[in-house]
Amino acid sequence: MTTVNTADAKQRRRPRRAAIGTGERSPVYWLYLIPGGVLFTAVIVVPFLMNIGLSFARWPGVGDISWIGFDNYTRLFADDTFWTSFKNSVAMIVAMVIVPTAIGLVLASVLFDIIGKRFGAKTASTLRAMYYLPQILPVAVAGIVWGWILRPQNGALNTLLEAVGLDGLTQNWLGDPDSALPSVMAILVWVQIGYPVVIFMAALQRVDPELYEAAELDGAGWWRRFRAITIPQIRPEMFVVALTATIASMKVFGPIYVLTGGGPGDTTNVPSYFAYQHFFERANVGYGAAIATILTLIIIALSIVFIRFQARSERKERGR
Amino acid sequence: MTPTQAAPPTHIEPRPETTRNRRDRHHRGAARWIVLGLLVAGAVAMLFPFAVIVLNAFKTPADYSNSGPLALPSEFYIDGMIDFWNRVNFGQKLWNSIMIAGSVAILAVVVSLFNAYALGIGRVKGRLSIIVLFLIANMLPHEALVYPLYYMANQVGLYNTQLAVIIIFTVIQSAFGTYLLASVFGTFPKEILEASALDGASRWQILWRVVFPMSRPTLSVLVVFFFIWTWNEFFIPLVFLISNDKQTIPVALGVLEGDRLMDATTTSAAALLGIVPAILFFLFFQRTLARGISAGAVK
Repeated sequence: MTTVNTADAKQRRRPRRAAIGTGERSPVYWLYLIPGGVLFTAVIVVPFLMNIGLSFARWPGVGDISWIGFDNYTRLFADDTFWTSFKNSVAMIVAMVIVPTAIGLVLASVLFDIIGKRFGAKTASTLRAMYYLPQILPVAVAGIVWGWILRPQNGALNTLLEAVGLDGLTQNWLGDPDSALPSVMAILVWVQIGYPVVIFMAALQRVDPELYEAAELDGAGWWRRFRAITIPQIRPEMFVVALTATIASMKVFGPIYVLTGGGPGDTTNVPSYFAYQHFFERANVGYGAAIATILTLIIIALSIVFIRFQARSERKERGR
Repeated sequence: MTPTQAAPPTHIEPRPETTRNRRDRHHRGAARWIVLGLLVAGAVAMLFPFAVIVLNAFKTPADYSNSGPLALPSEFYIDGMIDFWNRVNFGQKLWNSIMIAGSVAILAVVVSLFNAYALGIGRVKGRLSIIVLFLIANMLPHEALVYPLYYMANQVGLYNTQLAVIIIFTVIQSAFGTYLLASVFGTFPKEILEASALDGASRWQILWRVVFPMSRPTLSVLVVFFFIWTWNEFFIPLVFLISNDKQTIPVALGVLEGDRLMDATTTSAAALLGIVPAILFFLFFQRTLARGISAGAVK
């Protein structure tokens, strides 16, 4: 308590002294924002506004632009591919947020609470590294690896299934409309799992070990400790993981480009690939811009919902 | 994150052991081995794709078509990989990736440092809204920027140049760097800044002689992260780097795979060449990455 008080006092004294000392809030500091500000305006602000503008136009990328108001948007809402692509975004959220976070929570907690304590921290960190490994690959490379494994003829997965006598399960994994999306989702789970594991394990390091000891002395098993200590203690990290992974899952592009090209048909198309097709393959720049604008709005809306939700649950936590 | 830091719990171990009843201990003894077995099985499954790629990268095409992807290679065959390396000029792709990711890492950290100096230490007016702006920029999908950027690059003759990719990622990465550094600098010890100002140091000198050296650990984490993030980027380099001799490793491999022109063993050799640098970075920067990931998570 005393340390907090002195720190407060120091902080209260600070502004006056600082004003004499360094000339706080001096406008000279604006100079340091110039390079960043110019670059930021040219590379982010202006293109972003241009993109919104283009979404109200019909333009093949060269020649004259014709302004068509909200036509692109009304056409989009009647476009089946648009709805498929956003429905697939929900599948991406399942594959990159929900499943990895759930598995990651259990893995991190078991690695920390059981493996780390009974078999040593080395064992736990080795296992953690093994689960994290797919995360370090460029997504395009991960796509090549899996595209290779899932080859219909002589592919590693089909060969493995035949070897163990499950011939009936062999598939043209990425080429069959029924199995393409689940295959892509499984690959993304593989890619993504290491991220929550590493963050949750780091989070658990800051939890007071006495909490776990006390619970163990009281006879609480792993499941009780998991629910009563692990989850509430690492809730902030769960929000961070959920928010960042949700944004990432809305932006998925590389795996789709490499694995399926959105196909077969449009069964694995996603908004970013859909926009890419219209920008660069079909020369429908306005339409692509409208897709990108809607994608942006959804991402911003999701972030706001997440941050609101987090703030509210933090308030509740403090109120208790 | 390091084993030494995580060690203490094992020392506390004996105490609960004595108080727990005997049946429970026996039960737990068996259960923990089962848990370990399951986790190891899961980890092996995670590594299975890597193993299969390594296994087939060194096979002759004939060997692959005779005995399939799961058999051990009958001879150690490296010609396929050498052939692929020469065919796509992989050395150049490697250099392109290093050059682009390296330039972005350094430039983005410098830009972040300047921005954060003004926002976190200079506390310029409206800094909160500026930081929020950077944060939003960080969330934007690249699709919402790519066409205008492509058009602008065409207009100024930067299309199909690595400079365009470097500039774009310098800005994108520094949006995150500014946000992170500004909050780190918000807690920078004021006494030190005041002391240096009293000693007559200018703001420029304070930045380079005081703030820069003191925040070096954070900056090095940012350099590593920016390097790896840029290395792994796919979408924007795919759009901007059209000629073969300018492409990065992920783009070159992704385009080849998209064309589906390669036979099975060549593809696995190519995939292995894409995996190796990533694993080297991982081993090389493991400490830094772990530090950065946990720091990022707390923010």
